[in-house]
Amino acid sequence: MEAIERVYREEYGRIVASLMRRFGDLDLAEDAAAEALVVALEKWPDDGVPPNPGGWLTTTAARKALDRIRRESHRDAKHQAAQMIEDDTPHEPTGVVEDDRLRLIFTCCHPALAPEARVALTLRLLGGLTVAEIAQAFLVPETTMAQRITRAKKKIAGAAIPYRVPEAADLPERVAGVLAVLYLVFNEGYLSTAGTSVRDDLTTEAIRLGRILHSLLPDEPEVTGLLALMLLTEARRDARIAGDELVPLPEQDRGAWSRPLIAEGHALVRECLRVNRPGRYQLLAAINAVHTDAPDAAGTDWSQIATLYAQLARLDPSPIVALNRAVATAELDGPAVALADVDRLGEALEGYHPFHVTRAELLRRLGRSAEARAAYDVALGLIDNPAESAYLTRRRDQLRG
Amino acid sequence: MPQYFLAVNHDEKSIAAMAEMTPEDMQPMFEAVGAFNEQLQAEGAWLFAGGLQTPDASTVVDNSGETAVVTDGPFSESKEYLGGFWIIEAADLDAALEWAKRGSKACQGPVEVRPFQEG
Repeated sequence: MEAIERVYREEYGRIVASLMRRFGDLDLAEDAAAEALVVALEKWPDDGVPPNPGGWLTTTAARKALDRIRRESHRDAKHQAAQMIEDDTPHEPTGVVEDDRLRLIFTCCHPALAPEARVALTLRLLGGLTVAEIAQAFLVPETTMAQRITRAKKKIAGAAIPYRVPEAADLPERVAGVLAVLYLVFNEGYLSTAGTSVRDDLTTEAIRLGRILHSLLPDEPEVTGLLALMLLTEARRDARIAGDELVPLPEQDRGAWSRPLIAEGHALVRECLRVNRPGRYQLLAAINAVHTDAPDAAGTDWSQIATLYAQLARLDPSPIVALNRAVATAELDGPAVALADVDRLGEALEGYHPFHVTRAELLRRLGRSAEARAAYDVALGLIDNPAESAYLTRRRDQLRG
Repeated sequence: MPQYFLAVNHDEKSIAAMAEMTPEDMQPMFEAVGAFNEQLQAEGAWLFAGGLQTPDASTVVDNSGETAVVTDGPFSESKEYLGGFWIIEAADLDAALEWAKRGSKACQGPVEVRPFQEG
């Protein structure tokens, strides 16, 4: 039973995308996919899992969709349409850009949809997550999430949001939109605001979709960069929480990092370097590659990291990049120089807890305990991740003077 | 083919800005909109377009009851109003958004794209 549902979830995006191409109707595609699952749950336990379960599910779902169209065509004059869609195009993708899932991801992440709807649709239609699971992940009632998804699907149909890969001229911008959705899903898993410390399901899903996107668009270096970034972050997951407490990078047990994920991430970063068209995700991945390359915290190549941040700041002159850059500055030029940089960001980052954490750590290194304590307090007031709260509380309480 | 309503809405800010403008200031915008209209026609996307007088010139007729009631003024006393529009035909939303980008550039203001209900 569980095995069948796992196959179904893995193949869900393919099934829906294939049916969407044939029938041009997301609701029909989803209903037919669900019907195919019912058939699989009936048959597979007795007959065994077919050799190509994804193909079997898609074929079965397509048959169910045709049945439904025929049934409805008796009522309204869609009969001709049903005859015309007798199309037995094979399930397997015929080429990279032909993959139906690629079209579907561009539809789900279309800029005409609200950002939260893009995330929800991507997880639902490509990730095969249930509405209940998505609602739980984003802490909204299931009915709210169901409405959000229904409304977005209605807009796709009503406004004729296209089901195709954008033209070359629009591709970089539209790919950026897709990557933003994947990164958001990943971060929600990694830095959960949902009262739990890490949501493995979301990080895993973002990486899975990132891998699919990378296999479909191998020549888009930002796609490679984001996948590398997620892998190098995920590699440190087990070392990042000890007990119920967050462990910051310098204190992590590097032996607990996942070597296979790091090797894969580093290979992808090298791939990006060869292409030499740097972008935001590639630079963030490269920074993470430097961290994961160091044998211990003291062995970190901070000047390399500072160079990468300088490059990133030129591309993305946001206060958040400037804040992260200050961490490298502190290592190279000392905490006083870094604090001066950070204090200039106060107005823009007042409500952003990492700003106060960074200040607290720099003040601590400068021996300004009272100010450090106040900064920890502000940070603690802004976060709801329990592991991070536990860590910051301990740091604050260690302060002397 | 799907049809879209491209609306040019005026708000307090754009109304104030327009009030400051002389006919000479407006001339480049009129020319740009004229050129955009010609592009729409040349590519077969054009169905209809028009600029509207301000809501001061509006009259509302309500014949939903027993007798028709005619009142002076716009339907709702909103600070925003529809200044003009295009009705176009486009293959899909991406094509309509592409026209909207060019329309927005021409009229120097935001353009709202709304699909028509299927006929």
